[in-house]
Amino acid sequence: MTTVSGESRPGAPVADQPPVIELKGITKRFPGVVANSDVNLVVRRGEIHAIVGENGSGKSTLMKTLYGMHRPDEGIILVDGEPAVFKTPTAAIAAGIGMVHQHFMLADNFTVLENIILGSEPTSGARIDVDSARARITKTSDDYGLGLRPDRLVEHLSVAERQRVEIAKVLFRGARVLILDEPTAVLVPQEVDELFENLTGLRAEGLSVIFISHKLDEVLKVADVITVIRRGVTVGTVDPGKVTARQLAEMMVGSELPLPETRESTVTDRVQLAVSGVTARGSEGTTVLDDITFSLHRGEVVGFAGVEGNGQSELVQTLMGLIRPVSGTISLDGEDIAGWPTLKRRERGIAFVPEDRHRQALMLQAPLWENRILGHQWSRELFRRGLLRRKAAIRDTARIMAEYDVRAPGTDTIAGALSGGNQQKLIIGRELEGGPNVLIAAHPTRGVDVGAQAAIWDRIREARSKGLATLLISADLEELIGLSDTLYVILRGRLVAKLDPGAVTPEELGSHMTGAATADGTDQKAVTKGTEA
Amino acid sequence: MIRLRRGLMSSIVPAVAAVLVSLLVLAAVLAILRVDPIKAVAALFDFGSSERAQANQTRTWVNRSVPLFLSGLAVSVGFRMNLFNIGVEGQYRVAGVVAAAVGAIVHLPGPLHILFILLVAMAAGAAYASIPAILKVKRGINEVITTIMLNSIAVGVIAYLLREPFRDPALGRNANPATRPLPESAWFPGFADPFGWLGIGAPSREVGGFIVVAMVVGVVVSFVLSRTRFGFDLRASGRNATAAEASGVPAGRMTIQAMLISGALAGLVGMPQVLGEDHGFSINFVAGLGFSGIAVALLGRNSPLGIAFAAVLFAFLDRSGPSLQRVDIPPSVVVITQGVIVLSVVIVNEIARRLLERAEERRAGGVAPAAPTQPTVAEVTA
Repeated sequence: MTTVSGESRPGAPVADQPPVIELKGITKRFPGVVANSDVNLVVRRGEIHAIVGENGSGKSTLMKTLYGMHRPDEGIILVDGEPAVFKTPTAAIAAGIGMVHQHFMLADNFTVLENIILGSEPTSGARIDVDSARARITKTSDDYGLGLRPDRLVEHLSVAERQRVEIAKVLFRGARVLILDEPTAVLVPQEVDELFENLTGLRAEGLSVIFISHKLDEVLKVADVITVIRRGVTVGTVDPGKVTARQLAEMMVGSELPLPETRESTVTDRVQLAVSGVTARGSEGTTVLDDITFSLHRGEVVGFAGVEGNGQSELVQTLMGLIRPVSGTISLDGEDIAGWPTLKRRERGIAFVPEDRHRQALMLQAPLWENRILGHQWSRELFRRGLLRRKAAIRDTARIMAEYDVRAPGTDTIAGALSGGNQQKLIIGRELEGGPNVLIAAHPTRGVDVGAQAAIWDRIREARSKGLATLLISADLEELIGLSDTLYVILRGRLVAKLDPGAVTPEELGSHMTGAATADGTDQKAVTKGTEA
Repeated sequence: MIRLRRGLMSSIVPAVAAVLVSLLVLAAVLAILRVDPIKAVAALFDFGSSERAQANQTRTWVNRSVPLFLSGLAVSVGFRMNLFNIGVEGQYRVAGVVAAAVGAIVHLPGPLHILFILLVAMAAGAAYASIPAILKVKRGINEVITTIMLNSIAVGVIAYLLREPFRDPALGRNANPATRPLPESAWFPGFADPFGWLGIGAPSREVGGFIVVAMVVGVVVSFVLSRTRFGFDLRASGRNATAAEASGVPAGRMTIQAMLISGALAGLVGMPQVLGEDHGFSINFVAGLGFSGIAVALLGRNSPLGIAFAAVLFAFLDRSGPSLQRVDIPPSVVVITQGVIVLSVVIVNEIARRLLERAEERRAGGVAPAAPTQPTVAEVTA
């Protein structure tokens, strides 16, 4: 894996040339969250610069800042040593910065050529100059080995080909710096190799590539420089030739993981929720959950670590009755609940904190007291004989707000007006009300400030000590290790490891999550790559 | 007090602003049409000079408001959960012909006969609305498309029903097609002299008594939407379908139920005319009330009370068409006015929503961490 970076590079940086991109002290805040804090980044000409970090670490926020999709609260952007302010992506494109998004933005019923020129059509008079466009596209394609055929319809192209169209589109607009957001997420291994060849081709022409990823093996293979971001802060910039995947994982995850608090284990031997052999398929028939088996005891927090998109959402939705598994059983307190509708599961004591509170947990336009009712339509306190007990609901909401420190002017405040932390505290409060016996919590502290995070952790611990069985999904490994009694790693819809959060090292966890762990037979690619090096 | 002020901000102010904006636009339209705006406004408020004429104009106004209100209500139930039931138009017309035909062959004592016909009308409206509902839930077909198509189909279906199965056999060959006349037991009673307290005399004909039914329906719908679990589930689905589903509200079932209720309410729209005026269904049955209902629901911001005001306003404008004509102003000015009002409402609503959101954010953001919960408690007791 060191071969690529060891090659002589025609576009190698020249000492007295200013870096093509320099970010200095970039800070970006969102209500209640600091997404980037004093981030520094230097990208030189002819360099493939990887930015790695966990989900939610602030990589995308940083790239959106650079691409003019929003403006930083503090800090400056230098292009070729000159300060630049991008109010829109158009301004960034004009300065030679192009971005290829994870989700392609192409018109299927247009040809490759039409898609590439769309929005920056070369004209002669009032007519689109198709001939000169074709010539330029063919030249671009040949120069960088993109292998494009300008007159094919995009709907007939493979995912990898579409990605190359996106790259060509950015190059056509004169980009000297390409930002690729998780470009390999959609590709199969051979396609990844082809992409990397294209990238080295771009580098050879003196272009710079910013490569966002959390797949360490890939980053080590293709990058010239790696910058690691954790919790919105740049942890460091390293030479891929001088670090191992494990060292990188450690930087990404944080080497000083808090020791799980010394505390009485409250885990009992009574199984509250048992999941056995659950398999589920996605909309395209792909297997999203593969033979999942685990059990949740009373007083136990079971954590699930994994890179996002490996089946965590599907697992949660299956447990809540939003996805029907194709096989397997789910039993609550010994009773088979696989056929139960969502509300019945909730009524029988399964509380739910969804991963995306705006989409799945709140009515942003509705007052807080109505949001408190959501998911509790079964409650005798809130509804009697089908009638809403409005006063009781308002009173109860006020109580929850006081108890869980939800800071808002009143129970009739619109939920959308609250900060993320206060919204989340309200959700936690409402879900822990009514004495649930199982809590399904997905990213319970995502995007909330440190104070709210600590409060939410305390609540979960407190409920645990009273016998609540909790399933915890999180991208925050400190949270997972700090709260869990048992830790599973989920990878491609399968549980690939069961770990003791008291003994696990961040390297271990990181390598299990990224599929680099040699103990895990499912990732042959990572294993062979390791032996090659 | 805060609540009152915000209530004003969120419901009344935007509606009033919309009407003001539309008056301005209207003034411009009138200027383009070279109509003296003063003359036009005077004509709008011209109820005639004789007491009888004034009473008749008021009667038209009231009678016109009732179906508009019911239609707006029907549309609003769909709107509440983001269902665009454009098909109220077809639903009320199909319900009208079915109810009139079935009602004419059944014999029941007075109030029961009327009740029976109302139930038939609601069932027919709901049945016609069930088609787009099922297509949406089972096949994912957008209800806007299906309801618009079903409106066209309704016209053909009604033409066929009136010519063949439902045609009154007593009619001559060249007579306008109509259903059998309803027996007197099915005639909806009216008010002979309801305007005495306004200082105007009795109108030439009775004022429709269906307004009482409309009021009851309005109160019931309002209660169901705001005070029952079903209403909560419906509003939750409309506000955030994903969250509602994650909270145990099945989206498909809610869609079907909302659509059926909307259709059932639509079924009532034609009843004042069928039971109170025509005592049957003929090709003179008023069309277009379903479309006006969309505008009324928008102007009334989906609240039953707001819809009542909007219906009264639209009926007022509808009524003034002939008065305008009398002073040589094209009556289409009324239609233009209504259109402009709806457009203004949509725009003003959106602006008001954004302003309100920002105000709420400031309000929530301004809470001092030191005393976070005090306002909450105060507000509850207030």
